[in-house]
Amino acid sequence: MPEFRETTLPSGLRIAAEIDAGYSAAMGYFVRAGSRDEVDSESGLSHFLEHMMFKGTDRRSAADVNRELDELGGQSNAYTSEEQTVFYATVLPKFQDRIIDLLTDMLGPKLDPEEFQTERQVILEEIAKYEDQPPFGAFERAMEVYFGPRGLGRRVLGTAESIEAMTADAMQNYFRRRYRPENIVLAAAGNLDFDGLVEQVEKRTAHWCDRPQSPEPAADDHQTLPAGISLDRQLSINDANQAYLVRMGPGPTATSDDRYAARILASIVGDEGGSRLFWELIDSGRAEVATVWPHEFIDAGAWFSYLVCAPEDTDSNRRLMAGVVQQVAADGVGAEEFQQAVNKAAAGCIMQSERPGNRLFGLGSRWLTCNEYISTDETLQRLRALDVDQVSQAAKRYLTQSGEEIVAAEFGPVNDE
Amino acid sequence: MLTNATNIQTQTLPNGLTVLVQAMPWLRTAAFSFSLPGGVRCESMDRGGLSGLVCEMVQRGAGPHSSRDLVAVQDNLGLDRNSGVTAAMVSFGAAMPAESLHQAIELYAEIVRRPHLPQDQLDEARMMSLQELRAIQDEPTHRVMQRLRELHYGDRLGRSPYGTEAGIGEITQEDVRHFYTDNYHAGGGIFAVAGNVDPGQVIDWVAAALGDWKTGESRPLEPRESGECYEHIESPSSQTHIGFAFDSIPYGDADYFKMRAAVGILSDGMSSRLFDRVREKRGLCYTVAASCHSFKQAAGVFGYAGTTPERAQETLDVTLHEIEHFADDLEASELERWQVRIQSGLIMEQESSASRASSLASDFYQLGRTMTTEELEAIIEGLTVQQVRDHWVARPANQYRLVTLGPEPLDFSPTAADTPNRC
Repeated sequence: MPEFRETTLPSGLRIAAEIDAGYSAAMGYFVRAGSRDEVDSESGLSHFLEHMMFKGTDRRSAADVNRELDELGGQSNAYTSEEQTVFYATVLPKFQDRIIDLLTDMLGPKLDPEEFQTERQVILEEIAKYEDQPPFGAFERAMEVYFGPRGLGRRVLGTAESIEAMTADAMQNYFRRRYRPENIVLAAAGNLDFDGLVEQVEKRTAHWCDRPQSPEPAADDHQTLPAGISLDRQLSINDANQAYLVRMGPGPTATSDDRYAARILASIVGDEGGSRLFWELIDSGRAEVATVWPHEFIDAGAWFSYLVCAPEDTDSNRRLMAGVVQQVAADGVGAEEFQQAVNKAAAGCIMQSERPGNRLFGLGSRWLTCNEYISTDETLQRLRALDVDQVSQAAKRYLTQSGEEIVAAEFGPVNDE
Repeated sequence: MLTNATNIQTQTLPNGLTVLVQAMPWLRTAAFSFSLPGGVRCESMDRGGLSGLVCEMVQRGAGPHSSRDLVAVQDNLGLDRNSGVTAAMVSFGAAMPAESLHQAIELYAEIVRRPHLPQDQLDEARMMSLQELRAIQDEPTHRVMQRLRELHYGDRLGRSPYGTEAGIGEITQEDVRHFYTDNYHAGGGIFAVAGNVDPGQVIDWVAAALGDWKTGESRPLEPRESGECYEHIESPSSQTHIGFAFDSIPYGDADYFKMRAAVGILSDGMSSRLFDRVREKRGLCYTVAASCHSFKQAAGVFGYAGTTPERAQETLDVTLHEIEHFADDLEASELERWQVRIQSGLIMEQESSASRASSLASDFYQLGRTMTTEELEAIIEGLTVQQVRDHWVARPANQYRLVTLGPEPLDFSPTAADTPNRC
């Protein structure tokens, strides 16, 4: 059984760790800095800043950072979402001190103007890359329409317009505003020396509270759309062979009591290997993808439905999908399919927990947003404690409400039913 | 370096099925990787997609189980499963809580030995294959890399596991039945298991479930010689997608790891040559990478870069320049970083039964034997920068196959690739 330990440093920086005697150690800084924290002129800044963290500090050049990450082997990377930015690495235990020194140093970026200009091009290439990939921006559009183009609906990468207009000064201000010790958690999982970790991090981050504060930026004008944003429900894609439908409605939040029931419900309705939608639409060859899933945010939740099929089959498949969903909402779920979904989820949870690198993300995100630790065994208990009624109730709650639908396809507008 | 010395048990049953088992008693899980030589190479040229369709059909009911029963049993056992075809093999695999392994072995024996191949579901399975085919048409990276494989390996070995619309449309129930009868047998099959298991017991379970299965021959791989070529696919895409390939040596070659180290120095990690010099220093692209691919008798290095059209020519030129001038300024520290990366990966592989089962199967297919983690570590540790440099100089990258997808073709000739002032 792994041991959980945590502490809060005098600066306000929190540390949470799940310690075992495995082969590796995973560590990551989790920062409350995501696209929902940006204003219009900062759109895409959290993610751009994530890239700039690899571009050098007072002690290291950009090449030094990349070279040292590679010298420590393992896997290291970073990602940005609507609610957080995460910098992480999984290494052999013997490299604990060195990787902590490096990751901690990276969180004090130099933000060199020349590197800023070069990296702007990389971000523009990343935006172009996703424009070519299915579903061609349909998820971003669904978020924009459902939550509005600001807050949770603000796209993580920003737009080509916002990235082209970005300044290094705006980045510096944003960094000072969001990367404060009280907004940051260092999470660690695996074979660790916890006391050594705390001592080292405390020493290396003590000066973080002395960083100057930045003022809050001017509020957005909600009467206008941010640059490069459209709220059309249809995206016309040249040359697309398939149609991509994304539907969004309300779902459980990260603290909702019924979030486990909602996950089991999603498995029964939309699991890709054998669910109600699978048998109706995938096994029968009617669609390439037909699935549903909940997405939990800190204070909001969403329920996604996703359909991919030939453009001419869109209407008939949409009807079939709605039929499956309405039936579950009206009649609830069956005992056998419920048990099957719970067994599958429990096994998945066990398998996922074997690598510290996998456990790190749940641990860090949960501690950052809720100051709460949920062990693998507790997750298993919560799954096994569910009953059919709870899942049927979740179906009534989340499958009966209307939502927003986005279609990306080459053909013209799709008629609403 | 490893605290648990690797102990792999190998047994080839009289019908030709080889069972490989590695105990990993510190885990809660077990995983298997089960491959048969019924891959794409066994299809006739006018039935592209048949091997994939048969792989789907055998899972639509077997032994006492209907299609839906099979999924219910698999889910209740907690199987995280996968299946698919490559040019060489058809494979079924799953990771699971260790206590499910015995039943999982029996279930997959039913699937490969007693599939119903239900005729009334052939059209549905065909529609599924067509859906997948259409889906990859919307993935520009996949289109480029698939065309590149065809150009590099030839029509048979390089053909797409997804098949063709015409081929899938033509497949009959007779085709499915014949393909299954001819190509699903124990001869040349590999059943690899890793996890919290007792190896002797696992070998007994596999022998009981599959030991009396029929044997058979498998069709040899047929590599084809191909030369330098360039093909452009016109598309109104946002980026120009660039795929390139050149000849290489297979995994079983004595020099393989010298070449693998060179490609690793070029492309593995954030301080690798391509990432540093194409992306980090010049900001030319988001993705640039190269990797090794190997069949038993044929191999290639495949690379990809995606970039906006106005910078595509420079991206191609810089990338090929870096490859061609790889040996000019090779440093020992670059090899050392790559060695640490591989060694860390090998140690962390001990945390995953699925990853280890798949390595056992792959080593056995490529080499005809397994390799312990310690053996592989010793080979990696023993490499010197001189060996890597000498190998690269002796076998320089040439005979490029190039495929681009985007609004405009690029200028491709060996001289353009070597123009120093572009870099």
